[in-house]
Amino acid sequence: MAVLQYLINGLSIGSIYAIIALGYTMVYGIAKMLNFAHGDVIMVGAYISYCVMIYLKMPPVAAILAAIVVCTVLGVLIEALAYRPLRGTSSLAVLITAIGVSYFLQNAAQLIWGVAQKTYSSVVAMESIHLFDGKLLITGEVIVTIITSAVVMVCLTLFTSKTRMGKAMRAVSEDRDAAQLMGINVNRTIAVTFAIGSALAAIAGVLLCSASPALKPTTGSMPGIRAFTAAVFGGIGSIPGAMLGGILLGVIEELCKGLISTQFSDAIVFGVLIVVLLVKPTGLMGKQVQEKV
Amino acid sequence: MAEYSKKMVKVPTYSYLREQDADKLPVLDVRNLGIDFGGLTAVDSFNMTIGPTEISGLIGPNGAGKTTIFNLLTSVYQPTRGSILLGGIDTKGMSTHKVTRMGIARTFQNIRLFTDMTAKDNVKVGMHKDIKCSFISSLLRLPAYYKSEKAADKKAMELLEFMGLGDVADMKAGSLPYGVQRRLEIARALATNPSVLLLDEPAAGMNPSETAELTEQIRRIRDTFQIAIILIEHDMNLVMNVCEGIVVVNYGRIIAKGTPEQIKDDPAVIEAYLGKKEDA
Repeated sequence: MAVLQYLINGLSIGSIYAIIALGYTMVYGIAKMLNFAHGDVIMVGAYISYCVMIYLKMPPVAAILAAIVVCTVLGVLIEALAYRPLRGTSSLAVLITAIGVSYFLQNAAQLIWGVAQKTYSSVVAMESIHLFDGKLLITGEVIVTIITSAVVMVCLTLFTSKTRMGKAMRAVSEDRDAAQLMGINVNRTIAVTFAIGSALAAIAGVLLCSASPALKPTTGSMPGIRAFTAAVFGGIGSIPGAMLGGILLGVIEELCKGLISTQFSDAIVFGVLIVVLLVKPTGLMGKQVQEKV
Repeated sequence: MAEYSKKMVKVPTYSYLREQDADKLPVLDVRNLGIDFGGLTAVDSFNMTIGPTEISGLIGPNGAGKTTIFNLLTSVYQPTRGSILLGGIDTKGMSTHKVTRMGIARTFQNIRLFTDMTAKDNVKVGMHKDIKCSFISSLLRLPAYYKSEKAADKKAMELLEFMGLGDVADMKAGSLPYGVQRRLEIARALATNPSVLLLDEPAAGMNPSETAELTEQIRRIRDTFQIAIILIEHDMNLVMNVCEGIVVVNYGRIIAKGTPEQIKDDPAVIEAYLGKKEDA
């Protein structure tokens, strides 16, 4: 029964990783850059929803919507101000800028909300479910997280496969120049990608802090790195890969924590990542890219 | 380069005009175009006028600057000098997607299809600017979505069938044979609804029977869509067969212009391709 409990918890935290990983993987696939500030957008989303609930005394739904709107705008702004001017320059310059943006967001949050940890009150008002005489506990947060993630993934899959913008995104990720020659506005496509990624980050922020209520300016960085790992694990650039990678990472992490050791769980998770990358360097669902010589 | 400036190659006036294009403004008017990469002049003093339904060839030895000219025409590069008038509008400073929407489409020397998508989806990406349907109505499957998808599907199928690709519509582009991929690239370019179609070595890697078929197809494209076509090609049979006007470049400069008959016997062209007679 304990294993089942770990599996369910892992599925829940893994779903959050998956939502964050989607942001990393979409931006990588389309803009060919690693947006290391992505984790901090999660933190901003959490703070915004916190403020709306605590200071404005508005219901959780309004808080979530506010977080989504602010993060979407923030993501588009970051792309336009920090990354767009560097398009076409070396990927290293963009990477350093992304790290810079990450520190900027963390410090700005510290300035606005202070260093002290805030206690996030869960947006979920659902009772926990006890099964098998209380041996199995499924919290409302877990249920909401898993359902939300499933909905997000289905919507995103439909979006990329069915809509015109989704097709444009796939085209840009395969061949940016050829896509331009099909009349696709690449800058706009990249902006939309950042908007979607950041909106997902806001959702992830709310879910994350509802599950573990400690909110501080560095809240986003560790889940951000884990989710980045998940994206690489699943094959960076691949949307189903990010989903699979995130969920697997969460499940492995929780199983390790429960069955082996809490302290070693990170070591084991990253060990698994190394093994996977040694065997399959492009990740679980990554495409084999043939470099032209 | 020095050799040519010393020799002062005579450029025949470019006089070919199709009867039906008479009294019409050129669809493409390139004036004194030039581009430098650092200190290297890749293209210089390039002039070309294309009638609305003309098929013209751009030929020249390897490295002459032909693909660079295509890149200039599609705003992939911005010219250092000169101007490109597309339907009378200067495209200077415009981004590639804008120029595409204004009516230039191209194919690539090394095929660049979206290999992970089906043939039909490739064509539908080409119709990007014409499919008008919001995210919400696509997700909710509103009637507007079905209507625009149906129209797009129909047009895509028509184009595929026009290029003889009807039976591979649902196959992944990357899995198709080479010659079929070349035709699919043309179908995708046509989907952008161009007024000028640029074909970069469309016959490369094709066998003689495929090339003969392509010759027919190029004519059919022009006649059906009433558009201008410029092709870069090394297959002289194809060029001489299908082109009504030919421009020959070498070292980024025009060395000859004229009808296929004029070009065939032009000493400067023969020299550029085969070397000087005395040397041979």
